[in-house]
Amino acid sequence: MKLTKLLRTSTFQLALVYMTLFASSVFILLGFIYWATAGYMARQTDETIQAEIQGLAEQYQRQGREGLISVIQERIKKDLDDSSVYLFISRTGEYQFGNLQAWPSEVESDEGWINFMLEPPVVADRSGPHHLARGRVFRVEGGMRLLVGRDVHDLMAVQELVSRALTWGMGITIALAFVGGLLMSRSTMRRIESINQTSREIMKGDLSRRIPTRGSGDDFDQLAENLNAMLDQIEVLMEGVRHVSNNIAHDLRTPLTRLRNRLETMQNHIDEPIRQQESVAQALVEADRILQTFNALLRIARIESGGFQRPTDKVSLKELVDDAVELYEALAQDKHQELRADVRHDVQIPGDRDLLFQALANLLDNAIKYTPEHGCIRVWLDRGAQARLVVSDTGVGVPSEERGKVFERFYRVGKDRSTLGNGLGLSLVKAVVELHRGRVWLEENDPGLRVILELPYS
Amino acid sequence: MRILVVEDDREVADYLKNGLEESGYTVDYADNGQDGLYLATSEAYDLLVVDRMLPKLEGLALIKALRAAGRQMPVLILSALGEVDDRVQGLRAGSDDYLTKPFSFSELLARIEALMRRGHVSTDVVTELRVADLEMDLLARTVRRAGQEIDLQPREFRLLEYFMRHAGQVLTRTMLLEKVWDYHFDPQTNVIDVHVSRLRAKIDKNFERPLIHTVRGAGYILRETD
Repeated sequence: MKLTKLLRTSTFQLALVYMTLFASSVFILLGFIYWATAGYMARQTDETIQAEIQGLAEQYQRQGREGLISVIQERIKKDLDDSSVYLFISRTGEYQFGNLQAWPSEVESDEGWINFMLEPPVVADRSGPHHLARGRVFRVEGGMRLLVGRDVHDLMAVQELVSRALTWGMGITIALAFVGGLLMSRSTMRRIESINQTSREIMKGDLSRRIPTRGSGDDFDQLAENLNAMLDQIEVLMEGVRHVSNNIAHDLRTPLTRLRNRLETMQNHIDEPIRQQESVAQALVEADRILQTFNALLRIARIESGGFQRPTDKVSLKELVDDAVELYEALAQDKHQELRADVRHDVQIPGDRDLLFQALANLLDNAIKYTPEHGCIRVWLDRGAQARLVVSDTGVGVPSEERGKVFERFYRVGKDRSTLGNGLGLSLVKAVVELHRGRVWLEENDPGLRVILELPYS
Repeated sequence: MRILVVEDDREVADYLKNGLEESGYTVDYADNGQDGLYLATSEAYDLLVVDRMLPKLEGLALIKALRAAGRQMPVLILSALGEVDDRVQGLRAGSDDYLTKPFSFSELLARIEALMRRGHVSTDVVTELRVADLEMDLLARTVRRAGQEIDLQPREFRLLEYFMRHAGQVLTRTMLLEKVWDYHFDPQTNVIDVHVSRLRAKIDKNFERPLIHTVRGAGYILRETD
């Protein structure tokens, strides 16, 4: 697995988004901690200095210069940890009093807060690292100035500690999120890779391959199961296509051979217009038969492949049955058969009128074809949980073991390829019924055959 | 009678052109939708035969544009897309008839003749039809031949009415199914022939001159023979 590929996975990108969100939260939290600790201490220091200046100002007002100096002296003495700094200078900048030796160069203005370093020449004898101080200038009458400040070394140390903790915390957070993201995406990617692997094998031609599942029922398992179900369906369809194309080859060879023979006859009898005309007519009949077979195949294929929208118009099945029976009655009478409709209720279903009529016509056609003279054909229409349409005949019937197969394209009962028809009639019926989300099956009529169609009302 | 054929398949176009010219029509030809629309709007044609899948401008779009431009000549769509919804689309776009490829020339010719004829039918309400000595009273719903009343079933009556309204024209089995039974479907057997032969038995059997004739490879025709 290449790292760049890993970084491009959606899981990793999602992890990255989470990482950003999480890091921002951590940053805000640490910022608050910083504000509440180091910030608090800094504010505390500033307030102390402010208060001190306030006190010294009052002292000066009451007791003048001498009083001020004595108070400062006192404070320096009391300040055991050596954290307060004072420097009192004259108008010309000469040292008057305080624990600093010289006016720090950083202090240029008399306004606002100033940070300055405690290093020579400001302090004479501080060894070790130079500390930072923070302070304010207090102006005394007559141009004298007093610098009051505090060594903020400890404060700085705390601030630094907190900010270092903050930086590290952020760093660790980001690193952990990154690693976590990588790990998460790796496991996801491994499963996707197994799907990809299987797909590639299938594309190479091994359609029997299936995607492994972990059995945990998680979303990847569900995806794998769906894909596997899809592959099963594709395999069945592929098998069907193979079967059909074999049958097409077989079934069309006969009429094509006949067509060829007619044309040959025509060629041989080019001087006999009467025989030639005969042959042309017969050749046309053969060509039409081939075309009809192709049209029927295409039609079934289109219905099955969802090329049709699911019909929504209301169709009266009673009207359909009446019309179909009326159309085929003449044909049945020619064979001295009785064709009767038994319609108790009108049943309406959403459907495609022409396709349903085609299906019914195919059933009647078969019934008339396979029922001997003086037989009886009946069409029932009834209402139940679903609309129920039954066509029964007293013909030769279909052996029970073949009843499921008759709906396959080109299937003919008893392997009889010589009889009329193209072997597609019932396939079309099934396709039409399934387009209407219904069911079709065969039953024994004793004697004869019964075809049952169940079509839902919505 | 001028016909414009808009078809991009050269072979089909030639076949149509030759066949129609032999039948006495003057035929122009365009191999794409754009040229087809240009010709159809700039020249006077009596009928258009239009393929659906055309380069540059699709057949249905051509017909819509043509109708929008106020051209009302009959249009017959000739298409490989032959299912009911395609047919409905075609008719909605403004075509007058729809024929699916592969087609037989006689079927096409019969339909073209029916469309051409329709253009000349007067809009007056007809109450009586007459061919030779065959009379049909559309109000009383009676049929007489040589003054002798013939008893017909309702469907037989409609079948004969259609024949009489299109007397002298070849009517194919598909046309009869579509117009008389009002279903678009492929019968697997000669079911229409049975109905026509019954009708024949009623109106022709006892008379010297038959009126309904079989046209081989095409269909039927009702006409007075001499």
